[in-house]
Amino acid sequence: MKRDGKKIIFEKAGDLPPMAMSLGTTEYNETGSWRNERPVVDSSKCTGCGICWKFCPDISIKEDANGKASIDYFFCKGCGICAVECPVKAIEMKEEEK
Amino acid sequence: MIYTIPQKELINPGHLACQGCGGALALRTVLKTLGENTILTFPACCWSVIDGPFPYSAVKVPLFHTAFETAAVTAAGVKAGVKKAQDPNTISVAWAGDGGTFDIGIQALSGAAERNEDMFYFVYDNEAYMNTGVQRSSATPKGAWTTTTPTQSPKKERKKDLVSIIAAHAVPYIATACVAYPEDLTKKLEKAKKIKGFKFFHIFAPCPPGWKINPQDTIRIAKMAVENKMFPLFEIEDGEKYTINMPNPKKEKNVPVNEYILKQGRFRHLKEDDINEIQAFVDKRWEKLKKLAEI
Repeated sequence: MKRDGKKIIFEKAGDLPPMAMSLGTTEYNETGSWRNERPVVDSSKCTGCGICWKFCPDISIKEDANGKASIDYFFCKGCGICAVECPVKAIEMKEEEK
Repeated sequence: MIYTIPQKELINPGHLACQGCGGALALRTVLKTLGENTILTFPACCWSVIDGPFPYSAVKVPLFHTAFETAAVTAAGVKAGVKKAQDPNTISVAWAGDGGTFDIGIQALSGAAERNEDMFYFVYDNEAYMNTGVQRSSATPKGAWTTTTPTQSPKKERKKDLVSIIAAHAVPYIATACVAYPEDLTKKLEKAKKIKGFKFFHIFAPCPPGWKINPQDTIRIAKMAVENKMFPLFEIEDGEKYTINMPNPKKEKNVPVNEYILKQGRFRHLKEDDINEIQAFVDKRWEKLKKLAEI
């Protein structure tokens, strides 16, 4: 069994039968439209501790160029875990505007 | 940013979990440590929906959707398959919810544990059949509301002590973990990866819609459950060596269950006597666990 990027290559008959051949294919699924409150990071307060990143169920928190948290609004469902768990209260939930 | 758990993501964003899902967070943390060389088996559970409809898949490792009762036996079969294909390093993982483990999958789970198959079995415990709309399971705690145990007659039976049932099989490694303590979970997984044989993980994963909590409180509630000993963190090696690993042993004090109970809509109908009864049960179980850990 070999991997080439996202694809798995089965070489001989003794290999496993093919299951889901393309892996990780939900990256065009915009779950950000579910949101009714958006988290906003105050970069001057953010210490880059990584706690929000660690607890995000939607993998929507990325590190920006300065080592601070930044939010990917394409995927963020707006659960608000990051705002509650932030030890320095650098993330604020703001009502989503149409 | 400071990374206290492995940085590489093996789950794509864009998955279909509810806001603040504990189960999605649990698999994200587990796959980070297990790595790319993993094959997952999902029975019917929340994750069979979260993953997305065919041919889409949120998980970046191969996975197998199987029938409700066969998670453990299918994962054992996958392990036999990779062994035959001369790929012994691939990890086979059964990833089931509490319904597929405590109730429906227990026969296959017991069989795999008894044969000591070289695999991981994870149960992410959200304490009811959440995927089908909050029906009671044998993991639902006493006094909780579900759609099949309405507030007029909440669940009368206790939560099944599954960890003790698996411990009776004397499997090499059993651990309980919680989504609010990912460092503890990754540490236990690193340890378990080195062990050959059946590894069982019981992961506490709150469910905001089913427990009637706000999605932002998932981690807070999960932390409370560990601190007040509703869900103590411990490991069992070879079915007899108990090790308790609470997150802050120095700060450990007797945290009452009240706050945890009152924060959740599913317990809102409980009276003070009912809460005292739950407290007494939690205390008794904690004393029992402490005794076991000292042996």
